[in-house]
Amino acid sequence: MSQNFRLNTGGLINRDKPIEFKFNGKKYIGYEGDTLASALLANGIHLIGRSFKYHRPRGFFGAGVDEPNAKMQVEINGCSEPNINATEIELVNGLSASSQNCWPSVNFDIGAINNFLNRFFPAGFYYKTFMWPKSFWYRVYEPFIRKAAGLGIASLEKDKERYEHKYEFCDLLVTGSGPAGLASAYAAAKNGAKVILAEDKPRYGGTLLTDDVTIDNLSGKDWSEKIISELKEMPNVIVKNRSQVFGYYDHNMMVMFERTGDHLEKKPKYTPRQRLWYIRAKEVLLSTGSIERPIVFGNNDTPGVFLSAAAKEYMKVYGVLIGKKPIIFTNNDSGYETAIEFKKNGVNPIVLDTREDQNSELINEAKDLDIKIKFSYAVIVAHGYKKVKSATIGKLNKEKIDFENTEQIDCDSICVSGFWTPTVHLASQSGNKLKFNDSIDAFVPDKSKQNEHSLGAANGTFTLQDTLKNSFNTGLEVSKSITKKEEKIQIPNTNERKYSAHDKFWCSPLPKGKNYKRFVDFQNDVAVSDIEVALREGYRSIEHVKRYTTLGMATDQGRTSNLNGLQLVANVEKKIVPQVGHTTFRPPFTPVTIGTIVGREIGKEYMPTRKTPMHHWHEKNNAVWVDAGAWKRPRYYKRGNENLFEASKREAKNVRDHVGVCDVTTLGKIDIKGPDAAEFLNRVYTNAWLKLPVGKARYGVMLREDGIVMDDGTTTRISENHYHMTTTTAQAANVLSHLEYYLQIVWPELNVNVVSTTEQWAGAAIAGPKSRDLLAKLFPKIDVSNEALPFMGYVEGDLFGVKARIFRISFSGELAYEINVESDFGLFMWEKIIDIGEEFNIQPYGTEALSTLRIEMGHVAGPELDGRTIPYDVSLEGLVSKKKDFIGKRSLAKEAFNKADRQKIVGLVPLDRKSSIPEGSHLVENKNAKLPNPKLGHVSSSCWSVENNNPFSLAILKDGKNMIGKKLFAVSPLKNTSIEVEVMSSHYVDHEGKRVRS
Amino acid sequence: MLNIKCPYCGDRSQKEFAYGGDGTITRPKLNQEISDEEWDNFVYLRKSPRGKHIELWHHIAGCRQWFKVERDTTTHEIFRTFKPEE
Ligand SMILES: [Zn+2]
Repeated sequence: MSQNFRLNTGGLINRDKPIEFKFNGKKYIGYEGDTLASALLANGIHLIGRSFKYHRPRGFFGAGVDEPNAKMQVEINGCSEPNINATEIELVNGLSASSQNCWPSVNFDIGAINNFLNRFFPAGFYYKTFMWPKSFWYRVYEPFIRKAAGLGIASLEKDKERYEHKYEFCDLLVTGSGPAGLASAYAAAKNGAKVILAEDKPRYGGTLLTDDVTIDNLSGKDWSEKIISELKEMPNVIVKNRSQVFGYYDHNMMVMFERTGDHLEKKPKYTPRQRLWYIRAKEVLLSTGSIERPIVFGNNDTPGVFLSAAAKEYMKVYGVLIGKKPIIFTNNDSGYETAIEFKKNGVNPIVLDTREDQNSELINEAKDLDIKIKFSYAVIVAHGYKKVKSATIGKLNKEKIDFENTEQIDCDSICVSGFWTPTVHLASQSGNKLKFNDSIDAFVPDKSKQNEHSLGAANGTFTLQDTLKNSFNTGLEVSKSITKKEEKIQIPNTNERKYSAHDKFWCSPLPKGKNYKRFVDFQNDVAVSDIEVALREGYRSIEHVKRYTTLGMATDQGRTSNLNGLQLVANVEKKIVPQVGHTTFRPPFTPVTIGTIVGREIGKEYMPTRKTPMHHWHEKNNAVWVDAGAWKRPRYYKRGNENLFEASKREAKNVRDHVGVCDVTTLGKIDIKGPDAAEFLNRVYTNAWLKLPVGKARYGVMLREDGIVMDDGTTTRISENHYHMTTTTAQAANVLSHLEYYLQIVWPELNVNVVSTTEQWAGAAIAGPKSRDLLAKLFPKIDVSNEALPFMGYVEGDLFGVKARIFRISFSGELAYEINVESDFGLFMWEKIIDIGEEFNIQPYGTEALSTLRIEMGHVAGPELDGRTIPYDVSLEGLVSKKKDFIGKRSLAKEAFNKADRQKIVGLVPLDRKSSIPEGSHLVENKNAKLPNPKLGHVSSSCWSVENNNPFSLAILKDGKNMIGKKLFAVSPLKNTSIEVEVMSSHYVDHEGKRVRS
Repeated sequence: MLNIKCPYCGDRSQKEFAYGGDGTITRPKLNQEISDEEWDNFVYLRKSPRGKHIELWHHIAGCRQWFKVERDTTTHEIFRTFKPEE
């Protein structure tokens, strides 16, 4: 199809490079430099979607972020994405777009019946209609809403694109490259400041690209190109286009969304699709410009109705006519600029000005060009269903609340200008309370709460001369305090047309007996009548009206609807807009893809993976992994067709019968040094530490101040003032912070230093009756006899030339040792242990067997130390010193912790000696009791006891001390099990702890 | 995201720090005779003032020092940061 609405000349597009694209399955041609919107308009396509609620035909309305209607499903490089704004996406070869929210097609949409049923879709209809009956919700209402809520379809494919995050710091971040942004960035950069200039669009210059002005005798476009090319040459400046600063956060943290890939026909392999910038700026200059306000009239959502500035932008930037028979409907001089541009391109517009005839440069210029103007006129209603065909217009009476006469005129488009609304979103996000400026009928920034300034149109300054003057000065002033320099720049001469005063007219009255739909918010389909209903029903606060009607809650954040909505509320309430107030602006200013927010932190990059030095050995030996925080630990080593249960049983049994080896590198290790180290440990742990001799380890328990057990582990005295502490894998980081807190804040007088050495040491636990024989072979020069290296002994040794630490400690309850070597030798140690252990039938064991071994021994771990248990509860009261004070001791004296029937750890065995008890089961006396069945406790850990060959569990049970021998039920509603169990001691194997001392 | 000046390292992003609670609390001395009520006050009760407040922060991904921050809890303005002994 030919581009019937493309002008023969003009625009900033590249006519030498045609681009083929598809819309709703049909092929079209546009040019490089087009947006999807401008290319469709060049082809005369206006009907592009259906509205959200009423499925009314909708067309383009704006030319950039102001666009409320043109949300499309867009496919580029096989990647389909919904809700893309057609006015913001650049045309590339192969782009394929389709309409949303219509079925079966945009031309014939069944949902449009909603439009004729619209009395059933009043304001708040979601709240009213779908309330009752409750049983209808899942079957009727939800599917209906899901289908009707329409909009696009999220892809179910994995996103193959690459997204990145970037951090940057600067003196000044300037948001927007219109005249204010260029001038302030230039002044600050020339004064030596580190500047980032961000432009949302592909082209720099903002309104300079479309306004008929000159700066230093250059056109706006040429001047902006000159400034940009100078800025790009400066080493202290970063200039970014296609970059939207969308969020203003605390302490001048700005977040920017850069579109790096979608506009490229062939994206280099490692170029991301989009990039998220976190920018910490000392100062922020908001040069975000302004957005034209619509005037509300009947059927003002008909395709062919545009903002007047958008119509001008389509002509000047893209060489596209949005119509050939336009009405310009304006309350200010801006509409005339559009009319003049039409005229220059051979189109005869008619201007309806709500004001009376007056003298102004623009009006006179239009008159000189023979442009037809009707003063005190307004559009009452647009006619045409899928495209504007004509309009009923009328002469306004003196009060402008009714029409003196009306007539119908032919037209193919209506361009509205209701004056300008400063884009204050970022200023508002920064904490700036806005103030209402009567002379422009809009909110502008008030006092800054952070280091920010708004400049130019964003601050309500609409003349080029004032904008440039203020912006050059602010750029200099703000940078001066940072760079301590003062390099002044000559402020350029400007030439622009002077505006006459605008008119406050914003909404055409309805002639008697007519009830045309007059839309305030296009994207959410909110009409004047909806807001009136909300007010009639008693909603007063603008925040409530917004939520009830969904006014301004769409993805365009009410950019074109906010002020008209406020004006309407003010009129009905007989208030003025500042009394109504405004709703809160929240980030993001424009929609941001989830991919960009996630960045590279996805899949295995979601968080770091910690691997022990023996990781690859485990991998080669069929380890099945389990995550322990960021660590990967072998859960079991699979042999043949074994499952978890079989493998862990085999591994645990082998420890009890022979010897096993377990990678314990992940345990937290903290090196503690200093003359007061013993005293410090004595305060941190519940038991006594002052008399631990050098070369000995001790088991310790530490509490929080509230008396709850925080962690447990062994600490070894390496030398007089040097200790080696171990923590559980899970609590390693917390324990270190806890120790640092007490040393730095509570007891700074203690001369002690702590540092994490978790990653400096690789650890292997060898456990089982044969572990001493194995140790003797690993360290032939060391006397490993029970006398020389008793339980809780420590010795340093030489492992075939590698320095090793040997601790005789046990988690499995067997005779066991833990060997530590520097991490680089971890694999060497492991392979030696496996090699030499072969004659003793050694097998590696994973965390599942480790759990089995500790559970049947009654050793507590994470599931018992769950942040709710005191030492007594887990039978560690023997480790609590009566003599000395320690962290959390005072809490243990509290009444609730000393009740006679206090919970306590017990063991459980199912009566049938067969049924495994699910962890998390509740313990109850009577499984058939009326609900809620009184809970006596819960099952914390379960295993298959390899020693006794039946299931065994640990549980925390009320009055556990006196419950031994009782029969209870362990019920798990989740697993739907109810198992009769017998309560017994938590030490199921080796009651007296003989093995570890053997 | 706050910008916090560690008294040892300088300006850093909030990402590097962990919040450590009320910075005005003093732990009772070891072996001190103390009533249940006083102890409970220390362990559990914290004011949540609106406005200026002194907090503890921990430079957990940096120098690992604990320090104090005087901050407005509503605007997040930071007035000063200082070493615990200051
Ligand atoms: Zn630091």
